[in-house]
Amino acid sequence: MLGEAEPQWLSEEVKTGTTIIAIEFNGGVVLGSDSRVSAGESVVNRVMNKLSPLHDKIYCALSGSAADAQTIAEMVNYQLDVHSMEIGEDPQVRSAATLVKNISYKYKEELSAHLIVAGWDRREGGQVFATLKGLLTRQPFAVGGSGSSYVYGFVDAEYRKGMNKKECQQFVVNTLSLAMKRDGSSGGVAYLVTIDEHGTEEKVILGNDLPTFFDQ
Amino acid sequence: MAAAASMMPIFGHQISSKNDLVLDWSREEVSTGTTIMAVEYDGGVVIGADSRTTTGAYIANRVTDKLTRIHDRIYCCRSGSAADTQAIAEVVSYQLGFHSVELDEPPLVETAANLFRASCYRYREELMAGILVAGWDRRKGGQVYCVPIGGMLVRQPVAVGGSGSTYVYGFMDSNYKPGLNKDQCLELTASALSLAMERDGSSGGVIRLASISEDGVERRVILGDQLPRFSTH
Repeated sequence: MLGEAEPQWLSEEVKTGTTIIAIEFNGGVVLGSDSRVSAGESVVNRVMNKLSPLHDKIYCALSGSAADAQTIAEMVNYQLDVHSMEIGEDPQVRSAATLVKNISYKYKEELSAHLIVAGWDRREGGQVFATLKGLLTRQPFAVGGSGSSYVYGFVDAEYRKGMNKKECQQFVVNTLSLAMKRDGSSGGVAYLVTIDEHGTEEKVILGNDLPTFFDQ
Repeated sequence: MAAAASMMPIFGHQISSKNDLVLDWSREEVSTGTTIMAVEYDGGVVIGADSRTTTGAYIANRVTDKLTRIHDRIYCCRSGSAADTQAIAEVVSYQLGFHSVELDEPPLVETAANLFRASCYRYREELMAGILVAGWDRRKGGQVYCVPIGGMLVRQPVAVGGSGSTYVYGFMDSNYKPGLNKDQCLELTASALSLAMERDGSSGGVIRLASISEDGVERRVILGDQLPRFSTH
């Protein structure tokens, strides 16, 4: 009678509401994500990096249930390390994506996470794979998470084949910014990861440095 | 023998309900799945809509006209339940016509929007209607008012609605700027509708556009093969 109801965020599942995007260019890939983690209506982490490394030159972007997505990423990280030692060289992006897909498909009823896998390898260059609900498909670019619905029109209109690295980074930042403005479950800062044959570059773009649009 | 009985296959399983005998589309409600859009420019408004009406998975009408005349220079774009929005539009049309005769001058867009809002708010539990009211009047020029589900009323320079609208929020935010002229608004609307129709299963068909200004109403149709196309991979 005296006690207050416990705060909502203690009982709600923790989700990375999210907007994630990955795009390939000639020679590499760019991945981007927002940084908001919500539990019901509360934001429990406003600076979470949802771009998780699977290997030196292979990253994955997390969305959906935070626990599920992180666990899949950690499991695949381990499996990929073992695999890469067995073959004695850096793993292919397709191998990483297949490992993610295998887990997503086998446990599709229990899990609710969508990972986009992207990276660079020597054989095929930059590649982006979508693994939604256990499928595996290579795409020139992929968007995911709750915020992605709001930017389908934008990415369809703005994407052109043959963009270079800088244009891809700008494309990712613009897309994230628009989605973060419209989706209540996406927000915070934007994380960017650029992978090419020379290495991996991680960048953070703070809220006030994000591109703004007509009503801001 | 109990074991045998439990292993017997069931031939011709029971029809669980009468519904199985009836086709999916004859028991689903008719809804204008839809993408609708309205943009203000200096001197008027541009409105646009797709043309698909669905009952479940069946497309009941592939050339629907969702841009409904309420008065000479006031139109509305309908989304949600086809029956609800048609009924509301007829009621408002009547009320506005009467009001305009009493006033002895063309009605204001804001008045029409408020009439929509009054009906949508009072019967909010029973209705499922998302409406954009747009038009031109002498007092404030081109105006767009949004009356979404629930019965709110707000004026916006550019508004989208319907199930397909979620996909083009990003496109609209990045491509709309204040101060566009009529042709730019028409192009923006056609592009946005085309993108939404690509992504939303409940939107499709042709694009119907109308521009409303002091000089009157100009309507046009963009057929399937003339839709703006974007580089899709």
